[in-house]
Amino acid sequence: MSHLFGHDQPLSVQGSGSPAVSFVGSFDPRVRVVAAGLFAIMVVSLHQIEFALGAFVLAIGTVFLTDLPLRLTLKRMAAMDGFIIVMLVMLPFTTPGTPMFSVFGADASQEGLHHAILIGIRANAVVLMMLSLLSGLTPVALGHTLYRLRCPAALVHLMMFTVRYISVLHDEYHRLRMAMKLRGFKARNTIHTYRSFGYLFGMLLVRSLERAERVLEAMKCRGFSGHFPMIDQLMFRPRDGVLAVAFFLLVTILVLMDRVYVFAY
Amino acid sequence: MHIVDGALAPEVLIGGGVLAVAGLGLGLRKLPIDKIPATGVLSATFFVASLIHVPVGPSSVHLIMSGLAGLVLGWTAFPALFVGLLLQAIFFGFGGLTVLGVNTVNIAFPAVIAGFVFRSMVSRRNPVAAAVWGGLAGASSIALTTLFVAVSLMLSGDAFAPAAKLVFFAHIPIMIVEGLISAAAVYLIVKVKPELLMPEDHVAGFELSASAVNTKQASEVNNG
Repeated sequence: MSHLFGHDQPLSVQGSGSPAVSFVGSFDPRVRVVAAGLFAIMVVSLHQIEFALGAFVLAIGTVFLTDLPLRLTLKRMAAMDGFIIVMLVMLPFTTPGTPMFSVFGADASQEGLHHAILIGIRANAVVLMMLSLLSGLTPVALGHTLYRLRCPAALVHLMMFTVRYISVLHDEYHRLRMAMKLRGFKARNTIHTYRSFGYLFGMLLVRSLERAERVLEAMKCRGFSGHFPMIDQLMFRPRDGVLAVAFFLLVTILVLMDRVYVFAY
Repeated sequence: MHIVDGALAPEVLIGGGVLAVAGLGLGLRKLPIDKIPATGVLSATFFVASLIHVPVGPSSVHLIMSGLAGLVLGWTAFPALFVGLLLQAIFFGFGGLTVLGVNTVNIAFPAVIAGFVFRSMVSRRNPVAAAVWGGLAGASSIALTTLFVAVSLMLSGDAFAPAAKLVFFAHIPIMIVEGLISAAAVYLIVKVKPELLMPEDHVAGFELSASAVNTKQASEVNNG
């Protein structure tokens, strides 16, 4: 997973290094980040399954406007669904309401099933839309974008450092793990395993702190004064404005219709 | 442990968001510019912890190590863990955008609390005692996190109560394993680099005494 945080990331944000940019990727990252946040907030406030499905379809449509590998995206969604499946299955049986069917004497209510389906659709719609709107955005680019959106500079710098060192420390972890493997270590359910993992992580912490001290000294040498120059220029073009307005209208209409229009069952 | 978008009530989401912003503000205030590189590297370390899988029974879980984060970082564990959760939410799709506040509060507040409660016990010189307290810090921060998760689920509707209880009991083995691993990690740190777990003034004193010993030894060599 840490391939995303590799050392050889492009430093620019608006793909001058990468030749082929997808349709979604050609818009200003600021608009995309704000749109993803807006979509999440709006979808979470939907109450009716039909409109939540509409949002889900919208998210699927957006996936096809990106260059996301379909299988990987589906796999990520499945991983997320794995987190919530237990809760969703339990929900019909724990919500009071009109009984529908019963399993082992526990009644499943219609309201509970409705709620569970709603949660499932909303969660998948948000994740899918976020993955596709932010596709092609590297962590570094995300940092720059957040900085331009006036997030606190300290937080953005912290994030950039984190992004930079995740891959380094993951490599360090693999080195330590390889050394353990060479000495015949195998992870089992024993105290020895947990102690070894504890030593491993403790060593990782010690080494990372020593690395941090070296990094700070090297940065002071180069005159670090608490500010990173952001070396890219984000351009807000008319088409970005069009996307922003269209997306905002679309999502607002969805929420308004969810409130006003009631399906007759 | 991650709650996803769309499950919680709007009130809980807003409450979590407000608390998270407050915690972030406090944490960033305690983060001077020349501490940012070290905090970033440690934040990356705790991100890597979440990529390490440890066998528990027939299955395996990833490490969280939030107790250690609180012990090492104090209040700045809040922004450090927030950054990790943000990256996970955006690039892996774990957790969501609207629940980011709730998830941050659920994981970072227990870390900070464990840090405050156990730091003075852990920064002792005796490695075994420090390891025991460190293990307690690791286990109790996971316990608090599952408790917070259960509470935020229950506040969103009574129908979630059984799920919340299930979450709590399913995490008991994880608490134990996290506690054991934290204890071992603290044991190693106290032996190898004790200043990692010491408050600032202790570090200064430690460095002072170390440099005094160094100069003394240097002059002895010269005279000999």
